[in-house]
Amino acid sequence: MTSEYAIVSRGLSKHFGNLKAVSELDLKVPRGQIYGFLGPNGSGKSTTIRMLCGLLTPTEGSATVLDTEIPGSARLLKPRIGYMTQKFSLFGDMTVMENLQFIGEIYSFPKSGRKERIRELLAKYDLFDQRKQLAGTMSGGQKQRLALACAVLHRPELLLLDEPTSAVDPQSRRDFWANLFRLAEGGTTIMVSTHYMDEAERCHRLAILDRGVKVADGTPQELQAGTGMHIIEVTADDPYHAQEALDEGDVVASVTQLGMRLRVLIPQQVEDPVGVVTRLLDGHGVQADVRETTASLEDVFVAVTMGTVGHAK
Amino acid sequence: MKSLSRLLAITKKEVRQLLRDRLTFGMIVGIPVIQMLLFGYAINTDVRNLRTAVSDQANTHLSQQFIAELRETQVVDIVEFVSTPAALEEHLRIGEISVGVVIPADFDRRVIDPERPAVHLLVDGSDPTISNVAIQLRNMPIAFDTRAAKRRSNNIEVRPSYNPERRTPVNIIPGLMGVILTLTMMLFTAVAIVRERERGNLELLINTPVSSAELMIGKVIPYVVIGMIQLALILIVGDVLFQVPMRGSVLDLYLASGAFIAANLSLGLVISTVAKTQFQAMQMTFFVLMPSILLSGFVFPFDGMPPVAQYLGEILPVTHYIRLTRGIMLRDAALIELYPELIALGIFTLLAMTGAALRFTKRLD
Ligand SMILES: Nc1ncnc2c1ncn2[C@@H]1O[C@H](COP(=O)(O)OP(=O)(O)OP(=O)(O)O)[C@@H](O)[C@H]1O
Ligand SMILES: [Mg+2]
Repeated sequence: MTSEYAIVSRGLSKHFGNLKAVSELDLKVPRGQIYGFLGPNGSGKSTTIRMLCGLLTPTEGSATVLDTEIPGSARLLKPRIGYMTQKFSLFGDMTVMENLQFIGEIYSFPKSGRKERIRELLAKYDLFDQRKQLAGTMSGGQKQRLALACAVLHRPELLLLDEPTSAVDPQSRRDFWANLFRLAEGGTTIMVSTHYMDEAERCHRLAILDRGVKVADGTPQELQAGTGMHIIEVTADDPYHAQEALDEGDVVASVTQLGMRLRVLIPQQVEDPVGVVTRLLDGHGVQADVRETTASLEDVFVAVTMGTVGHAK
Repeated sequence: MKSLSRLLAITKKEVRQLLRDRLTFGMIVGIPVIQMLLFGYAINTDVRNLRTAVSDQANTHLSQQFIAELRETQVVDIVEFVSTPAALEEHLRIGEISVGVVIPADFDRRVIDPERPAVHLLVDGSDPTISNVAIQLRNMPIAFDTRAAKRRSNNIEVRPSYNPERRTPVNIIPGLMGVILTLTMMLFTAVAIVRERERGNLELLINTPVSSAELMIGKVIPYVVIGMIQLALILIVGDVLFQVPMRGSVLDLYLASGAFIAANLSLGLVISTVAKTQFQAMQMTFFVLMPSILLSGFVFPFDGMPPVAQYLGEILPVTHYIRLTRGIMLRDAALIELYPELIALGIFTLLAMTGAALRFTKRLD
């Protein structure tokens, strides 16, 4: 009996001494979807992914991954999952080709189709020209493409990708994601951690972690609708002074500068947020255009992780 | 079947990386050859030419004859004559000489008197080898008729059976083989695994279907071969440069070495499960290496060590291996006759392997 979820975790926790790196995490990742994992540095993304593939034993709680119990039967899981580590973990003193061949051998990929499969991956991840280059001498983005190629070589049912595109340029990132969508269409479940909002927006669902606690999850649309904040955009000639003025307002939850614009988060219960902001700016003699707008994922991120990231109060 | 092919994949990868790592590859050949040249030529327990000064206060015919005989032994090299014993002590203290000889004014009378020593030797006791040698000098006959005395003192003749010319390399090299293999085998395995942990490769590897046993065995196979190559090198250099005899069977020696290499590789694996960095792995290797040199019977005779040191020595694989190599190479003993040493190596390997397997889990925490 296969469940409709690739991953279900129940109260998954990991403590390192006194540090609660992950606290009572409940996750449900539907099969065949791309599930995003967002959170500031040190919020426990990598730790969670490591627990899900059996590299770390949970301090408390458990998870069912591809109908296999974690902790306990992680060994049975290995051939069925692909894991791309945050730090490059392939062999720097072997060529791209040799790395792919090694991964093929270690996963016992049928010998008859192995060459064909490697050729296909070299083409798909744009590594054909580098195939004889030592992996350690490649650029950051090339390394990440190789790591993804190695993670998917054995056609896993579940892919766990830990910040797979942190060093990839925007163009290659588009190609990278096109590949992920193709894999998801083919039935692969993908869990991917990221710091990029544009990537988060592409996920079917996502969860936001803050200091080891899940602070929000849902589809990007659900999250955007449920920030509990008014999003006010302020366009000012002198954004620095505008920011100073806004910092004094009691109801202002956070101010983020984007070039000449400021994004101001005001709690939902505050009435007439545009008026509140306008009055604050007028009080300091700052000329500005003030409008209410809809939440972006970045606003969601700032709203739920307030106190640890961004310019928050 | 899958298990074997995974193991071979690991071995193949390891060999590929080794061949590409010029420095390590150089060390495989360099360490044994350089160490053999160093130790083979430098270590000489057959001490000669100790720098010596004499204070001859008798200055008689007999005392001069004694000094001449002293010179003839070649143990001492008389570099200076001084007037007083105090001057001798001064020279000794500043390290100009290793031995001071005081011939008292009443030397001639003392020679006939069995109650009183005829000569005083001042010896630099800070070097144990020198004091040992000086003690030999004590047995030098001194008499008006030295020939008669010589006959008397030669009641017991010592004949070093397996090394009649008493050449140091013959004694040193079978032991040196053990020390070199201890160093390289332990260090290479420990570093090979710790390096992968440091570089993050291990996080990838333990997430593949490869099992701990496949990973560990696959990784050490190349080093077994390297150990055998080093052994061949040592034997060739030993034979060509130092004429170290190979009286027993080469096959026996290789079998014994196989058991010894296995023991060291498993110890290397244990280290790799404890050490977090390559530097720690190296420190731990040297922590084992020092007693392997000092307590194994390689430098100091095993029988002469205090019981505690002997117990410690018995724990070390190299102690048993040195007994095997000396037995096979010098005394033409058969491996079967030396079975207790083989059993000791086997037990050691088994225990260390179990320890490594228990500690090496396919997890990061
Ligand atoms: N082995 C460990 N021992 C002690 N503390 C650890 C260990 N691994 C992680 N931590 C701590 O647990 C917390 C979560 O770390 P984790 O690597 O999961 O964060 P992350 O969300 O992946 O961060 P980043 O975005 O920087 O990759 C951090 O505070 C980190 O210092
Ligand atoms: Mg991380």
